[in-house]
Amino acid sequence: MAIKDYDDLNEIQLDVLKEIGNIGAGNAATSLADMLMTPIDISVPVVRILDYEDATERLGGPETMIVGLMIQLEGDFEGMIMFLLEKEFACMTLNTLMGTEFTGFSELDEVALSAFKELANIMAASYVNAIASMTGMRIDLTVPDLCIDMLGAILSVPAIHYANISDKIILIEGEFNGQDTHTANHVLLLPDVESLEKTMTALGIEL
Amino acid sequence: MNVGRAPDVLVTFALGSCVGICLYDAQHKIGGLSHILLPDSTTQAGPTKNPYRFADSAIPLLVRKLELAGARRAFLKAKIAGGAQMFSAVNNASLSNVGDRNARAVKDTLHKLGIPIIADDTGKNFGRTLFFNTADGSMLIKSANQGEWTL
Repeated sequence: MAIKDYDDLNEIQLDVLKEIGNIGAGNAATSLADMLMTPIDISVPVVRILDYEDATERLGGPETMIVGLMIQLEGDFEGMIMFLLEKEFACMTLNTLMGTEFTGFSELDEVALSAFKELANIMAASYVNAIASMTGMRIDLTVPDLCIDMLGAILSVPAIHYANISDKIILIEGEFNGQDTHTANHVLLLPDVESLEKTMTALGIEL
Repeated sequence: MNVGRAPDVLVTFALGSCVGICLYDAQHKIGGLSHILLPDSTTQAGPTKNPYRFADSAIPLLVRKLELAGARRAFLKAKIAGGAQMFSAVNNASLSNVGDRNARAVKDTLHKLGIPIIADDTGKNFGRTLFFNTADGSMLIKSANQGEWTL
């Protein structure tokens, strides 16, 4: 059966996406750990097909302040990768990387913002390399875009993008953390519907 | 989308590129709030259509709901907020300027319905939470980095 909407995915196909998320997010976390020279824990990813309001609730509530980083995927696999970092983890990352002492978002300067983008670039490339080597697809990344604001406002961007296609959005979601931070940080892979079918075909999964 | 009467306060959290539309009948102290994601329901390609998501279809539904609750269309006045551009360097056609397109579609739709806009806080690059007080028609906007203000 052709995949025209996210609800058309069957159990096997959802498992495939979960495995892509597992390997991709694992690679991304490893690359972050290498850069920081500190262990990064990552959960086994989950695949969820949700309304945008439910997605916002699930990822921490609409008014939670976060660093949002968005990278668009182009080529054989279209969609986006987002990193959502809560304050404590975001500051820890910068402080470990640059020897700074940031404690809040209001203190962040241009160098800090550009460091986030570079981290996102490296992590997204690791994530995407995993998908590319599994599927043989060619995937290009855009330069990461950054926004520090309320979670709901940041998620309105993918929600609007996917509202053109479906009432739901699909989140391939991994949660990661440092050893001493206890916040909910997420890496999301949001594939476009057309890319799902291509991915399944590339992996030899029956449609 | 919701309709209330004094002293209800209608809230929508963390508008980004979406637009919140507050319509108020001051005579009857009835207000309605709609939160739209996209400008135009006629261009949607996908299989399902939710009219509450689109400026051109949601606002007429909100007006009808207000009329059913006892408001008069001739008394309705609008206050709008949202339509921000959250990410600056977006180079995807469906994402670029969507906040701006949403705000313009909201203004066009209100204009067609003959509803005057008496407060407009759309655009810029930050998220807004909106509290619409049906007791006096005031719209309180809270932002994460820019403080809060009432229109």
